[in-house]
Amino acid sequence: MSDRSKQHDWTKPAAMAIPEGGFFKDKVEQGRYGPIFPKTPACYGFSIIAKIIPGREPVFHEYARNIEQAVAGQPDILAVLRLHYLRWNLFDINGETYFQYMGIFDTDFDKYTEDAVGIFAASGLNTVFENLEGFPKDWKTNAAAFIKFVRDHQCPSFLEYGEYPFVSAEEIKKALKLKAAFSNMLDQMQ
Amino acid sequence: MLEFDDIQHILLTRTPALAARYEFLSFRDAAGGRAWLSAMLEKVQSAAEVRASVKKDNRWVTMAFTWNGLRALGVDEASLATFPEEFKQGMVARAEMLGDSGKNHPANWVGGLATADLHAIVILFARDAAERERCQTEHAKLVARCEGVEALSTLDLEATPPFDYAHDHFGYRDRLSQPVMEGTGEIPTPGSGATLKPGEFILGYPDEEGPPANLPQPEILSRNGSYMAYRRLEEHVGKFRDFLREHGETPEEQELIAAKLMGRWRSGAPLVLAPEKDDPALGADTQRNNDFNYKQMDPHGYAVPLGSHIRRMNPRDTAHNVNRRRMIRRGATYGPHLPEGAPDDGAERGIAAFVICASLIRQYEFAQNVWVNDRNFHELGNERDPIIGNQDGTLEFKIPKRPIRRKITGLPAFTTVRGGAYFFLPGINALRYLAALGSARQA
Repeated sequence: MSDRSKQHDWTKPAAMAIPEGGFFKDKVEQGRYGPIFPKTPACYGFSIIAKIIPGREPVFHEYARNIEQAVAGQPDILAVLRLHYLRWNLFDINGETYFQYMGIFDTDFDKYTEDAVGIFAASGLNTVFENLEGFPKDWKTNAAAFIKFVRDHQCPSFLEYGEYPFVSAEEIKKALKLKAAFSNMLDQMQ
Repeated sequence: MLEFDDIQHILLTRTPALAARYEFLSFRDAAGGRAWLSAMLEKVQSAAEVRASVKKDNRWVTMAFTWNGLRALGVDEASLATFPEEFKQGMVARAEMLGDSGKNHPANWVGGLATADLHAIVILFARDAAERERCQTEHAKLVARCEGVEALSTLDLEATPPFDYAHDHFGYRDRLSQPVMEGTGEIPTPGSGATLKPGEFILGYPDEEGPPANLPQPEILSRNGSYMAYRRLEEHVGKFRDFLREHGETPEEQELIAAKLMGRWRSGAPLVLAPEKDDPALGADTQRNNDFNYKQMDPHGYAVPLGSHIRRMNPRDTAHNVNRRRMIRRGATYGPHLPEGAPDDGAERGIAAFVICASLIRQYEFAQNVWVNDRNFHELGNERDPIIGNQDGTLEFKIPKRPIRRKITGLPAFTTVRGGAYFFLPGINALRYLAALGSARQA
């Protein structure tokens, strides 16, 4: 377990109210592509909301099946992104379909953003973004344009909560491995 | 096919230089700047020229420009706008993200490097100090002849003794892990990975993801060019040696501490292959000294601590897409040698080096931001690179060891950034294009 997480007591659930705009103005950290949204008890994350090109809904469902198969075939395909969870939604506003893409990460999105572009480009997982209005057509070769789109469509949280605040996925996996190891040890002692 | 006759030699060759001089220039007058550049054209050597004549030559010259420098030479706004954002902003504007705060902040930089007046660098590698003096005198005459050209500052560099192998003032062997490009004819040393696509380092060629894209315009300006991140890093040798004595009771223990910080013994022998005891023969053997990985050979960092310098600068098989993060390093040491056992004399000494890559943001800035200065690299929680990271005395360094790891708290800063800049390194034809900008307009 890292010493940083010791500084936060994971046994005490925590909530954090976030100022309008998504940043604490007195301590905005700069990333390579601009300011970084703050780490909260629910770690880093994003919520990207964009309108889809009308009539493209079936492509999104096909994409879901592709992702399912890709992860089943190569479970570490998204490992570089240091993820906890991803959620994808389609919803309706005044008869138009919008797409929401929410992620919870252990690192700010800025750090591994070219890797994300690379994964999407290399694995054929690209179709979903290409069906969003305003998405740059040259995104595969223009990481900066991809990132600008993501930033332009990011809806920052105004409140986040963590039941086990600030704990990383790696720490959770280590704890589970330790539990399994102890379980195995006890088996061996029988 | 690499155009060796159009690529500046620094990208592809190492020269047998024991002395060097960097001159940082400002152009108050575009025509004067171009006159200087025109006169320098005959001095700059391509990779092809250096390969053919390195044995008989005594000096090797490289030129590169900041974004402000390109404007000062007369590059038009439409063309300037096609350069990548991070290069346009320059290293000073990127300081916070690069970790250049506190003592490393650009406000403390020397030599005018943090000013917008910095326009160009001319890098002279010389076979010896006498040749450097000769070139320096010649160059001073040229600068005096060119209207509005001014040297903001200069830095003389020399190899530090002993001279039989490259190393820094701390004593660490250098030049052990360099990427190799396809088409250069070079063969990577064992463990250095496969050859990489030239577009990772030279503009205009396919890179690891495909054909070139989004290059600065016009094409003649960007083709066979590259970017260079310059860093002048002072090494606090006295403080480093005090630290080793404080944390190691015997000379052997002190050497081990030094090795743990780096991930290699100062001889160059990698800890993965020589975990308990130095092996100088291994350190000097290029066929063996880079032939290791981490995932299989040292997953927990019992040999090479997870936060050590080489594990951050090249995580090998423990990071994703490392082929998109590789960099070419060139440079030299400056300042007087501090003999072992001598008290620190207060003189500035260190490394002044160039990181060369096709994308500053994807390669250099990533390494600096994510690998060097991320406190939570490998879930370490409260560490930065112990050699070149931004250390303010509040961070730690953990050395994995069975049964219980060793943790050193309050790690001091062994280095301080004294200057830096982003330069564009044009190809030879691009240098000619820049030199002719005024006449092209008149035509």
